[in-house]
Amino acid sequence: MLDCCARTGEEKETRALHAASAGRRVVFMGDDTWKDLFPGAFSQAFFFPSFNVRDLHTVDNGILEHLYPTMDSGKWDMLIAHFLGVDHCGHKYGPHHPEMAKKLSQMDQVIQGLVERLENDTLLVVIGDHGMTMTGDHGGDSELEISAALFLYSPKALFPGAPPEEPEIVPQISLVPTLALLLGLPIPFGNIGEVMAELFSEVEDAQPHSSALAQASALHLNAQQVSRFLHAYSAASQDLQITELHRLQNLFSNASADYQRLLQSPQGAEAALQTVITELQQFLRGVRALCIQSWARFSLGRMAGGAALMAAACFLCLLVSQWVTSPGFCFRPFLLIPMACGLAGTIVCAGLLTTTGLKLDPVVLGAVAAVGSLLPFLWKAWAGWGSKRPLAALLPIPGPVLLFLLIRFAAFFSDSFVVAEARATPFLLGSLILLLIAQLHWEGKLLPPKLLTMPRLCFPASTGPPRHSGTYALGLGVGLLLCIRLAGLFHRCPEETPACRSSPWLSPLASMVGGRAKNLWYGACVGALVALLAVVRLWLRRYSNLKSPEPSVLFVRWGLPLMVLGTAAYWALASGADEAPPRLRALVAGASVVLPRAVAVLAASGLMLLLWRPVTVLVKATTGAPRTRTVLTPFSGPPTSQADLDYVVPQIYRHMQEEFRGRLERTRSRGPLTVAAYQLGSVYSAAMVTALTLLAFPLLLLHAERVSLVFLLLFLQSFLLLHLLAAGIPITTPGPFTVPWQAVSAWALMATQTFYSMGHQPVFPAIHWHAAFVGFPEGHGSSTWLPALLVGANTFASHLLFAVGCPLLLLWPFLCESQGPRKRWQSLGNEAEARVRPEEEEEPLMEMRLRDAPHHFNAALLQLGLKYLFVLGIQILACALAASILRRHLMVWKVFAPKFIFEAVGFIVSSVGLFLGIALVMRVDGAVSSWFRQLVLAQQR
Amino acid sequence: MKDTDIKRLLYTHLLCIFSIILSIFIPSFFLENFSILETHLTWLCICSVFVTAVNLVLYLVVKPNASSKRSSLSYKVARFLKCCIYFLMSCFFFHVIFVLYGAPLIELVLETFLFAVTLSTFTTVPCLCLLGPNIKAWLRVFSRNGVTSIWENSLQITTISSFIGTWLGAFPIPLDWERPWQVWPISC
Repeated sequence: MLDCCARTGEEKETRALHAASAGRRVVFMGDDTWKDLFPGAFSQAFFFPSFNVRDLHTVDNGILEHLYPTMDSGKWDMLIAHFLGVDHCGHKYGPHHPEMAKKLSQMDQVIQGLVERLENDTLLVVIGDHGMTMTGDHGGDSELEISAALFLYSPKALFPGAPPEEPEIVPQISLVPTLALLLGLPIPFGNIGEVMAELFSEVEDAQPHSSALAQASALHLNAQQVSRFLHAYSAASQDLQITELHRLQNLFSNASADYQRLLQSPQGAEAALQTVITELQQFLRGVRALCIQSWARFSLGRMAGGAALMAAACFLCLLVSQWVTSPGFCFRPFLLIPMACGLAGTIVCAGLLTTTGLKLDPVVLGAVAAVGSLLPFLWKAWAGWGSKRPLAALLPIPGPVLLFLLIRFAAFFSDSFVVAEARATPFLLGSLILLLIAQLHWEGKLLPPKLLTMPRLCFPASTGPPRHSGTYALGLGVGLLLCIRLAGLFHRCPEETPACRSSPWLSPLASMVGGRAKNLWYGACVGALVALLAVVRLWLRRYSNLKSPEPSVLFVRWGLPLMVLGTAAYWALASGADEAPPRLRALVAGASVVLPRAVAVLAASGLMLLLWRPVTVLVKATTGAPRTRTVLTPFSGPPTSQADLDYVVPQIYRHMQEEFRGRLERTRSRGPLTVAAYQLGSVYSAAMVTALTLLAFPLLLLHAERVSLVFLLLFLQSFLLLHLLAAGIPITTPGPFTVPWQAVSAWALMATQTFYSMGHQPVFPAIHWHAAFVGFPEGHGSSTWLPALLVGANTFASHLLFAVGCPLLLLWPFLCESQGPRKRWQSLGNEAEARVRPEEEEEPLMEMRLRDAPHHFNAALLQLGLKYLFVLGIQILACALAASILRRHLMVWKVFAPKFIFEAVGFIVSSVGLFLGIALVMRVDGAVSSWFRQLVLAQQR
Repeated sequence: MKDTDIKRLLYTHLLCIFSIILSIFIPSFFLENFSILETHLTWLCICSVFVTAVNLVLYLVVKPNASSKRSSLSYKVARFLKCCIYFLMSCFFFHVIFVLYGAPLIELVLETFLFAVTLSTFTTVPCLCLLGPNIKAWLRVFSRNGVTSIWENSLQITTISSFIGTWLGAFPIPLDWERPWQVWPISC
């Protein structure tokens, strides 16, 4: 009879199944995952729900209720008890929490109770299937995670001598053969583990070598099974090393012959038995090493193909992004027709396949589509390119940015740099920012205007007068660096650097001990939320997009505070749930389900509203006397803070109207056209900022409370960066709009930097699993996509936000235009009174400039997206190359492979986000067009 | 004129390099256990003192733009004091920049500050010697087409190279070679 008290278990499946098939009575209690894994394997079972990580006690108390009665009843041969509380406690509180102490002492009591009840012929096995990191999580391969305790106890003496001082390390796969033989069952066929020989020593027999004989026979059984497996495996597949295989087979046959000879003549010396044991162990270990080495195999062809595909895609991105803005480019022949070709080809292929009944990989089908669309494009490109321009024009990336991209590319090939990326990215970003400022200065855009008049400074004509003063740009840069540095305080250490200490601020407030500090932190988090809301509202007010009666604006005014309120209330409940009085428990539980869902629903409805009516423009028809369009008079109607908009907006209107007039070919008399349209200049970016805020709130809810400060910093630093970049981007009024490379690379770098400062690391143990339980404290039942979505949204929040916000890079310089001329006008002062007049005539059309040239606008959007994709693509290409070239590196499974997987998923998320962001801009564009059409029609009636 | 200037420029740079080499070897005669790696703080001090001294001496001897109109003593003293204040300010400025770039805030404060002083001696002191405490002139020199003489050109190149060298020096720090010189701020 054998008692197996397993704390947790994954690879015991074979054992349980075999025991069941051999007619043993197996009793199970604990984790209900076993129900699905081994249906009908148990003679008696007590299952308890296990998926809710927050629930520490249901499973354990359920087991304790049944454990001792079942043991005493004696109706079992093997009893498995799978306790789950320690694991859940680690996930929820971490290993250094009072709750953990309570849980561990409970487990101690359980083991003591079991030991007291054990009978002489019973073996108690206590195992854990994994350890935990310093944060209480697991799933990776750090030393702390993969080492677990193994405790064997029997009232009868198990070992011949005293137990060793330093416990031996036993591979987990050795449990299967050991327990199988102890139960008197055959060892499973696929096992390559080695029995723990010590357990097979016959202590009570007086004969000295009987113990060794027992060990040798156990090992021989084991070796026979492994040899059978090796034989079958090497016959089926050819990937084992031949020489090593022969060596091992010879070793086994020798040892086997020795063993048979010793069995014939049991008077053989003790030494001979020991050599047999050593030989058998050598054989078993050799087989294990051989299998482990050959099972990590790589398909070189696929690796090279994938890398070549990615490189080609990057190159195409670069090519098209350069090409889009060139004058001879038009969308229809170059992009739409190849796309249609590819799609049509794929559909034809799929149709053929379904009719003929052939089965083909969908990946291959996708590849056919890609190639089908690429070939016409390349052909057109080749024909269009001709010999007009040299290929050197293809490398337009300026030198310093190229250097940055190269450094970033190369850094992925060093495991130290991948591990240290959390510190290296802010460093690179800071360097890029200071470089931007230095470049602005170098090109004379920051010099005070007085120096401009100095004769020896001959500036190129295109730079024009400075748009920003030096202190302003320097202030922006230092503010940015400060933000980055502060965000760096929320840093989670990779497990490879033992000297580094993770920020304590990344843990949820619920794990904090001490009421006062908890309350202070809670206040700070709510403060960050309110500040975020205030910043967004202030920005919208600054560009006066907050006065329109449109539903989306109303949502920003009233829905966002509601979301803040919901989030704050949810945090209060989540951080203090354990301290709630018992009669409020049900209410608290209900609220912690409802509140996050309510916030998410609010955000979704806000986004829907935004998509439905994206034009946040206030239209005001004045009842004043009719004015002719040519006269420019300041308005006195609406209470707007920006005085200049008053006389600017009619200009915008007039401009647009003229355009549509011409388009509609209506020649009507110039009637009373006194319609004032406000906030037209920031209509795109207002929609973008609103959408980003609405996205940020549910994402924020998925993170630990204190990460809200990082979200605030994220918005601040992207605001500062956009301002700084806008200072360096010249506005070419009619011509093609471009976003420079440094802007795009800084944006991508900032996305990576925020990924790290939100407490992530590109390794699996660092994933914030608790995000799956926000709004679903009871778990998800059997569905897997929803928790995966929640965890993914938590992990790639920064990728998503920055990708969606990418079009802001294009829009912001136009937005900053509204302050530029005014500033200049003020700084010129009295001395240049004469020059004020032309300034006044100049219209800050802001983003309406983009509408003036819709073709250029589309091209610029496409170019921006391609540039961003190129920068991200370079990163993922470097990761893939690093993981494939260094596939035999010591750190490949620890560093390179997880980095590649994270980077790949991040790339997908970024692409989707980029697509959504551009789609939002297009939607706003379409809405603005229809709005104008309506307006013009209404006026002409 | 130009040839002599170039010759003098060459000599000054050779002298500067020589002073740095001297600062590595001379202290080992006076101090026990001196080596760059172990007692890098002392070396940072000594190096900055040497370089400052050489720069000052060279300035006094060569006088690339000896065209100060007023030469009263009070003016000179005021100018000197102003230079000192500028130097200190630049030290603090560099310290703040280092911390913003990721240097530890509380630990290793002395290392960071001494390194800031050293970088200042390589960048600010030549600027002060050549251009005087005149921010506008500095801004002019460090912009495109702002250079007027060969001295300013050399100043521009050396200063920018110092910054770039410092920046490059940060790269080996995270590598896992576990060498003694990978400690902040030696490699910079």
